[in-house]
Amino acid sequence: MVLALGATAIFAAVLLWELSLPRLRALLTSTGEKLKSRRARARERGGLAQRMSYDPGRERRAEQRARALLRSCVNEEEWSMYRDLGFLRVAGRAPSGTPASSYAYLIYPHRPIVAYLTASGALLNEYCVAFPDHSRPYGSTRLPDADDVLAKWMALTADERRLIADANMHLPGRQLDPEQVRDDLMRLARWERERLVAERERLALTAASGRRAQESGVWVARPGRGAGSVPAQ
Amino acid sequence: MKLLRLKPGHGEVVLAEGDVEVPAQEAELIEAFRRELDAGMWAAVPTERRDGRREAELVKEFGEVPRDAERVIFFPRAAGGAPR
Repeated sequence: MVLALGATAIFAAVLLWELSLPRLRALLTSTGEKLKSRRARARERGGLAQRMSYDPGRERRAEQRARALLRSCVNEEEWSMYRDLGFLRVAGRAPSGTPASSYAYLIYPHRPIVAYLTASGALLNEYCVAFPDHSRPYGSTRLPDADDVLAKWMALTADERRLIADANMHLPGRQLDPEQVRDDLMRLARWERERLVAERERLALTAASGRRAQESGVWVARPGRGAGSVPAQ
Repeated sequence: MKLLRLKPGHGEVVLAEGDVEVPAQEAELIEAFRRELDAGMWAAVPTERRDGRREAELVKEFGEVPRDAERVIFFPRAAGGAPR
């Protein structure tokens, strides 16, 4: 009885082995091929990154191009803000029915977007969002700084809710030091005051030079009157 | 109209350029537009409102691009950033 059972078990094991052998071979072959192609891709990526890393000026040129593009897309105030302070502020879109937006975002390059209340400066949230280019054209997925800011600006001004939904939301302090952000908000307020003062001084100077020209009887160009000039009254 | 793409390590590159009023050039623009969207890019058109405010408009089809738009900018789609 035991002998018969043993013989049957051995027969069944051999049969099972014979049946599964082709599948096992196919599985081993495909796994080997996958490993080979993965290693080849890694070698290719590594080689590409190595080749690209020999150009020390590439990142600088990329950033210059990115800054020129950003400058052409945002308005003069936003561009000056980024140039002088290193970040952009974008007003939040108030939900329909509310009188005005009471919050805004600070956009930093390759850092989270920070939402805050414009009246009090209280920090609301950090939104971690990235725009990784997995094709790695020069061995990296990261856009130049100004391009990252531009991508955030475009996504935020075009579809704020979608971008916020795609981002990972955290309380303030997860990645950015809240003290640093508050300091940035103070720098921003100071920067705006200085711009306002400079603008008033410029207007006052223009008005004064206009008055002087009128007093001396010189013909002055008046805005809004077409290409011609009118005599001073 | 110019189709631009933001690229890591380079800045923007011009993918295609042409006049949308010329059928052959428009076809090239449409083809390039579709290729980028198929590759998973987002497409945005920078615009300026009457009050001087600048903003962007995300578009999903070439037909949504204003005919007088100067540029369409493609960039990788947003993903939640990983905490460092």
